[in-house]
Amino acid sequence: MNTILFIIQKEFIQVFRNRMMLPIIFVVPLVQLIILVHAATFEMKHIKVSVIDLDMSTTSRKLISKFEGSPFFIIKHTSFSDKLSEQEMKKGNVDMILHIPYGFERRLVKENQAKIQIVIDAINGASAGLIEAYSTTIILDFNREILVDFLSPTVLTATQDINVTTNYWYNPKLNYKTYMVPGILCLLVTIIAFILSGMNIVREKEIGTIEQINVTPIRKIQFITGKLLPFWIIALFELAFGLTLGKLLFNIPIIGSLWLIFLSAAVYIFVILGFGLLISTMTNTQQQSMLVSFFFMVIFILMSGLFTSIESMPEWAQKLDHINPIAYFIRIMRMVMLKGSNFHDIRDSFYSLVVYAIVSISFAVWRYRKVA
Amino acid sequence: MKRFTGFVIKEFYHIFRDYRTLLILFGMPAVQLLLFGYVLTNEIKNARIAIYDASKDEISRKISEKIISSGYFILEKNLMNYSQIGPTFRDGKIKLVIIFGSKFAEKLEREGKADIQILGDASDPNTANILVNYATGIINNYLISINAEQVPMRIIPEVRMQYNPELKGVFMFVPGIMAMLLMLICALMTSLSITREKELGTMELLLVSPLRPIQIIIGKVIPYVVLAFIDSCIILGMGKFVFGVPIEGNIVLLLAICLLYITMALSLGILISSITNSQQIAMTVSLIALLLPTILLSGFIFPVENMPVILQVLCYLMPPKYFITIIKAIMLKGNSFIYIWKESLILILFTLIFIMMAIKKFKIRLA
Repeated sequence: MNTILFIIQKEFIQVFRNRMMLPIIFVVPLVQLIILVHAATFEMKHIKVSVIDLDMSTTSRKLISKFEGSPFFIIKHTSFSDKLSEQEMKKGNVDMILHIPYGFERRLVKENQAKIQIVIDAINGASAGLIEAYSTTIILDFNREILVDFLSPTVLTATQDINVTTNYWYNPKLNYKTYMVPGILCLLVTIIAFILSGMNIVREKEIGTIEQINVTPIRKIQFITGKLLPFWIIALFELAFGLTLGKLLFNIPIIGSLWLIFLSAAVYIFVILGFGLLISTMTNTQQQSMLVSFFFMVIFILMSGLFTSIESMPEWAQKLDHINPIAYFIRIMRMVMLKGSNFHDIRDSFYSLVVYAIVSISFAVWRYRKVA
Repeated sequence: MKRFTGFVIKEFYHIFRDYRTLLILFGMPAVQLLLFGYVLTNEIKNARIAIYDASKDEISRKISEKIISSGYFILEKNLMNYSQIGPTFRDGKIKLVIIFGSKFAEKLEREGKADIQILGDASDPNTANILVNYATGIINNYLISINAEQVPMRIIPEVRMQYNPELKGVFMFVPGIMAMLLMLICALMTSLSITREKELGTMELLLVSPLRPIQIIIGKVIPYVVLAFIDSCIILGMGKFVFGVPIEGNIVLLLAICLLYITMALSLGILISSITNSQQIAMTVSLIALLLPTILLSGFIFPVENMPVILQVLCYLMPPKYFITIIKAIMLKGNSFIYIWKESLILILFTLIFIMMAIKKFKIRLA
């Protein structure tokens, strides 16, 4: 037991003597929360529109002013030719073209329906989807309004109407930051734990100090525990720090129990530390270890549902996500923090993490050899 | 010259003997592109929903059927009462709950008005927004079909998705992964390989050799230029032949821009290595100062226009932003040089500044 304590002490001293360590521990979460949360946003606010109004009628003008009045759209450019508008889109000056053809109002009155064309710059599929959703909402609203304008009240009362009310639970204002903060906290814990553990043993290898430890009577399990515990504590501390910052800066809701958050985090960090150690024992230089960690981290993170929802992935990818610990942890964090899910709701993900932690740590211990 | 080639060969040996790194350097673009190309789509389909139908009559059933058969939704659960909604959402599977008011058909028939409530799980706000929109659209279409005789007057929007009709995620990932990987290989790997020589003490050996410092630096850099260039060709080729991402513009121009970006990243790498002495610091600096902005502040995934002004200003100081803009413009929009000369000029400026700073710093170290 004493041996472990000494190793822990040594690791802590090493971490804190490193000039770069303290800034990393405190600055990284700040930077991540402030920059990432603001940068990683799909909240579309200023969709730049180019309007081609060939009809110039009252209805077309009304429709355009509907777009103008919406907080999501800005009319940046008006023209009378498709070519000019498309050029603006090529330059990247507008995101959307609203094309109202000649004879729009006449057709609406005579034939009872008229078409308009919306062209969206879809290179970024996610924003294109949102732009489409926003503009169709406006047009649907407008459709209802013109009914009132054009039809006599007697006809109107004869029609059947379904009144659709929508309600957004847990996040009524659709604040994207609320959604991102839990995910980013996961990212923070993951990166810190992964880098610290992944670079650790390999560094001792590179400098040659691993030899000195190998010739001591320290047992494998003692050595690994001594290496892991300090990082585990640091990572948990980071989570607490990040949660406090998130609460203070963004006032994100923490509806569920804090204990549950930390319990899951405690298990999760072991998973990541195990992975880090495994990579550390399998590589020879820090450069290698860095690359391998980076490779896996990017894949895990992008597949974790942090930015795009897991449900819309193909089935094989969803199956692959069963072995992605980050996906489990992000799900747990979002559910507990935003929806107040209890242990019963998250038990599947939680038990998966427990199994994962046991597997990854024992694998790392097994892989570590005291012979260089 | 002979000495110099010898040195370059030594550097190539360094890289080729480290087969793990090599494997990752070539495997990474391929795997990432494959994965993201197939996995990350922004289309939302098969969202699980629950329906709470308090009236269970002909019309409410018809509407439910319409919603479920639309392809966007899968019915996971029929709820029996209102209080089940909270636990269902907390369980995490269900994204949307649709509630039909009681006596739905009767009300619609008699009063001409009936209520549907749509609840979205907005802990994921964008998905909720899009799904609610789909569902409302389906209900509206139904409404139009039952009112067909009386009030058909409506505007039909025809939406065209320009440049990327299927909303494939891969259209974003080809330029983005290129920007990220070239930055990783050029800036990170060069800075690590130079600081490594410093850390191991072999830099001394190189400096006392008859090679001139500039030759050492260029020799260090050449293998990475080759690697990076091959990688960008792999990404472009895979994008085109596997995922059908078009290359609308001039390919020579495209490759020239890649080379320009590679040079920029390399000079940045040299600058980093001349400032620090340890690999760990070089790595942390590269990771925080390079990769984070390349992924986040470049328009790779998140559009720059949506960010707050301060971050937008930051974005304009990030070289990858210009690179991604140019690549998208040439590849996807088929723009010619006239459209992108400004961005190219800025990239050249960045390169010159980094090289000048690196030279200045490097001389001091040698003295």
